[in-house]
Amino acid sequence: MSGKTLYDKIWDSHLVKEREDGTSLIYIDRHLIHEVTSPQAFEGLRIAGRQPWRASANFATPDHNIPTTSEERKRGLEGIKDPVSKIQVSTLDNNCSEFNIFELKMNDFRQGIVHVVGPEQGATLPGMTIVCGDSHTSTHGALGALAHGIGTSEVEHVLATQCLMQKKMKNMLIRVDGELPTGVTAKDIVLAIIGKIGTAGGTGYTIEFGGEAIRSLSIEGRMTICNMAIEAGARAGLIAVDEVTLTYIKGRPFAPKGALWSKAAQAWKELVSDEDAHFDSVVELRAADIEPQVTWGTSPEMVSPVTGTIPTLENEADATKRGNIEQALRYMGLSGGTAIEDIQLDCVFIGSCTNSRIEDLREAAKVVVGKRVAANIEMALVVPGSGLVKQQAENEGLDKIFIEAGLEWREPGCSMCLAMNADQLGEGKHCASTSNRNFEGRQGFGGRTHLVSPAMAAAAAIHGHFVDVRKLA
Amino acid sequence: MKKFTVESGLVMPLDRANVDTDFIIPKQFLKSIKRSGFGVNLFDEHRYLDKGEPDTDNRSRPLNPDFVLNQARYQGASILLARDNFGCGSSREHAPWALDDYGFRVILAPSYADIFFNNCFKNGILPIVLPRQTIDELFAAVVANEGYTLEVDLDQQMLCRPNASDIAFEVDSFRKHCLLNGLDDIGITLEDSELITAFESRWREKAPWYFTQSRIGAAENTEASGE
Repeated sequence: MSGKTLYDKIWDSHLVKEREDGTSLIYIDRHLIHEVTSPQAFEGLRIAGRQPWRASANFATPDHNIPTTSEERKRGLEGIKDPVSKIQVSTLDNNCSEFNIFELKMNDFRQGIVHVVGPEQGATLPGMTIVCGDSHTSTHGALGALAHGIGTSEVEHVLATQCLMQKKMKNMLIRVDGELPTGVTAKDIVLAIIGKIGTAGGTGYTIEFGGEAIRSLSIEGRMTICNMAIEAGARAGLIAVDEVTLTYIKGRPFAPKGALWSKAAQAWKELVSDEDAHFDSVVELRAADIEPQVTWGTSPEMVSPVTGTIPTLENEADATKRGNIEQALRYMGLSGGTAIEDIQLDCVFIGSCTNSRIEDLREAAKVVVGKRVAANIEMALVVPGSGLVKQQAENEGLDKIFIEAGLEWREPGCSMCLAMNADQLGEGKHCASTSNRNFEGRQGFGGRTHLVSPAMAAAAAIHGHFVDVRKLA
Repeated sequence: MKKFTVESGLVMPLDRANVDTDFIIPKQFLKSIKRSGFGVNLFDEHRYLDKGEPDTDNRSRPLNPDFVLNQARYQGASILLARDNFGCGSSREHAPWALDDYGFRVILAPSYADIFFNNCFKNGILPIVLPRQTIDELFAAVVANEGYTLEVDLDQQMLCRPNASDIAFEVDSFRKHCLLNGLDDIGITLEDSELITAFESRWREKAPWYFTQSRIGAAENTEASGE
């Protein structure tokens, strides 16, 4: 009998019950909550007269709706101009207080994007099962946890029962071998993976990312990779625990301390796939082949190396794919054969649960230091992922570098990744964005998104069009 | 949850792969704290010519005549025929809420995104996976025949076509049971409360580090936020 994958191990250790058809009850260790997908779940609890099964397993923070300008933020809830957003944020506050749930409120100095704050606070631990009413919950897999997004009915289910009803996924291993070339980042790796396997390539699987290029990434880089597992169709992505993981977690507020830490750390060392574990699918990439990536279309799989060109319709044999490309190019206002470096930009967004951590901001700052944003760039936002990231960046003087270069330095939140707050991309505008989705209208009605790494976005801000960051070094 | 037994209805084709949940219901409508009323904003960015906002009167908005949902022949459709990877992207359950509120009870596609697929079952919508070739045939039939209807029988797991052979489909037996009887998942799970409690105490013993109290943090929170 073959060994177990990391996913098998976490699944097995959380299995409460399995029905004949494989539908299982899985125990959930951590439930993260934000304001958008939770109000109806709390309302459901109230209607049924139920209480949370284990209130202390929950961790909430508002992030999607909240304003990112300091003028609005310093006025607290009253400062939220959009009355509908204000109701949603205050509803989260009220629900957390009614049900005794831990919440980092909007103006708590530790507040931020839930997927940045969870790991930062040590609320994300290896071997945990973690869910949240948000598809980018896959981010937490970077710490060797089994983490994925759920819908609001399931949010209510987890609140009420501390369990989730689900079937086990298949196992996929994506191995990125060799050393990552200079100027190529975690974001480029994951975009290249999606370009290779497609946005439905991981559907039905839990993806484990491995190989030298993945192992050599910091935890923040690993989070960028796992964050976009969902963009490859997989609800969960994860990476085995190693010393880097343990070093990252030690000492964080929610992490175990003292004797409990030693025991936990010992147990977590087991959180790797066995050598003889069976994967239903294995995908291999060579790190040396990966270049900085830029998406040109309306799906993350519509991606090209920065040195490439937008595909032409004639070169696509598959009729459905040709139709998709045609639709995407029409929406994006681009034509096949155009060099990626010739795509002119109007806006830049550096932020989101994919790329708003301190290392991302350092990368971006390194590119813009001493330079000025190009004249054709109308808006360039830098939105740190959390209050603590913001504080750290300011301690390092990164805020000044951005401001002097002509970028705006904002308060933490999801911001223009999904544009639920006032930060929106204008109709027909092209944006170099470090976020995760380039869907039609995602960053604003009629907005045109190009997904890139923080360094690539920063370079695009300075030049007004895409440039290969490797040439700037 | 409402029961699903047999659905007989008009079929609307949405000929586009990778329809994401932003396409199904754009983010500005996610600010609602209710579960209902999303139907008028289903496919909002494609259905209307202007940008939609919550709390506006949608009746006065200009419709996009080219979008399939606005075509006279598909009015009242309850079965949505779709392409690959339907419902990809965000986990928003507002997507099935909008489909349900509009009146769709069945989706037919070659593949779905996992979270969306799951969310459908929680809302009495039946997403059926069919082979790509069958989907192609259905697209051709719907486009060629105005008023094309199908009958979906969940108990028999059968899709009945006019003037063509029936098509069998797969569905998880537990999900089928829940849909047929309109069962609430939470109620079912709570029948296993003792199992969950037993698991929890074993797990607490084995991995106590997952049970450290976040209440301590909450006290700090009150001080830190000054509220």
